[in-house]
Amino acid sequence: MKKIISIAEAGKLVKDNASVMIGGFLRCGTPAKIIDELVKNKTSNLTLIANDTCIPDSGRGKLIVNKQVKKVITTHIGTNPETGKQMTNKEIEVELVPMGTLVERIRAAGAGLGGVLTPTGVGTVVEEGKKVLEIDGKKFIYEKPLKADFALIYANKVDKFGNAFLEGTTRNFNVVMATAADTVIVEAQEISEEPLDPNYVTIPGVFVDYIAN
Amino acid sequence: MELSKEQKREIIAKRVAQELHDGDVVTLGIGLPTEVANYVPHDVNIVIQSENGMIGVGHRDFNAPERPIVTNAGGIPVTTKQGACFFDTTMSFTLIRGGHVDVTVLGALQVDEEGNLANWMVPEVFVPGMGGAMDLVVGAKKVIIAMEHTAKGEKRIVKKCTLPLTAAHEVDMIITEMCVIDVTPQGLVLKEINPLFSLEDVLDATDAELIVPEAFVQKAV
Repeated sequence: MKKIISIAEAGKLVKDNASVMIGGFLRCGTPAKIIDELVKNKTSNLTLIANDTCIPDSGRGKLIVNKQVKKVITTHIGTNPETGKQMTNKEIEVELVPMGTLVERIRAAGAGLGGVLTPTGVGTVVEEGKKVLEIDGKKFIYEKPLKADFALIYANKVDKFGNAFLEGTTRNFNVVMATAADTVIVEAQEISEEPLDPNYVTIPGVFVDYIAN
Repeated sequence: MELSKEQKREIIAKRVAQELHDGDVVTLGIGLPTEVANYVPHDVNIVIQSENGMIGVGHRDFNAPERPIVTNAGGIPVTTKQGACFFDTTMSFTLIRGGHVDVTVLGALQVDEEGNLANWMVPEVFVPGMGGAMDLVVGAKKVIIAMEHTAKGEKRIVKKCTLPLTAAHEVDMIITEMCVIDVTPQGLVLKEINPLFSLEDVLDATDAELIVPEAFVQKAV
């Protein structure tokens, strides 16, 4: 049985200076309630790892607007003008990573791999300062694994074993992030009293440390 | 010939649609490329992949809940077509980078004679991030650039890209309101000219060297 905690308790687990992976693709499939707790607690100096910095008044976007993030590792900041503004003012460090590379770096960390070789970014600024290997005549960039102190993820339905079901396009980064952080907290829209049908488990419960609801 | 922005976009989207074939797995960029789906003939069934994690994107869903659970990569709620399925980002980019997407259609800031593409940033002016574009351009079997031929009078089909690249040597075809260009190892080959324009119009609006087949030259004389 996994530890079931309140949304407020989940928020308190994340301390200042932590590195935090947060699932979600824009507003879809993101642990919005836990993020709101971080906003309320003014948890600061965070390193945020996420697909995007959302929009200013929603989810991850609020953490940026409130200047709680010192560094963000992400694929896209265009939907939140505040991120670009803080980047220009040197108030936030932004590491832009191609989406397929970000997901594989996280997967590598979660799967115990020493990194990944990807053709994405060859001949662009993305390869600057990185090792480029030629394999069977094709160039690949070596990219390092990426892990975090916390993963905050979202699921539609979670049973008491932590097994999570994610609907529609809410899966996005949530699945891989569950594998690559020291502490994994899932924000459950619904906690199922009955164990989930094993055929329909999106994220195995063994990856989950806390269920927040 | 002065066309409105809407007319240009319609011409481009319609022409790109002709490049899509029954059964193609297609990933469309945000903006003009998304409009291509509206012009695919009803008897041609393409499968639209969305990088945020689905295959079988339908149309905009006006009945979605306030926090939608099915969206496209622009965050817009969408319906699913028969045969649709959902997956996480790892699977999505296995599809994209692994060569399982037949065609991707994207916009551009610049394309050059070597098929290099710049479409993700203008240093110190516009830095949104590359999202999935770098992976798409590297992984898709065919890369079609759909864009207006010039932007505010600025030429975008250039000898050599000056903006940071999205990918090197990956573009296969350029479709604008004026013409269709094939990217070949020899350079950019003019394939079609929109009858609304002359060869001279096309050449005047293009910075890159175009290889012009004899038939176009004859017609122009």
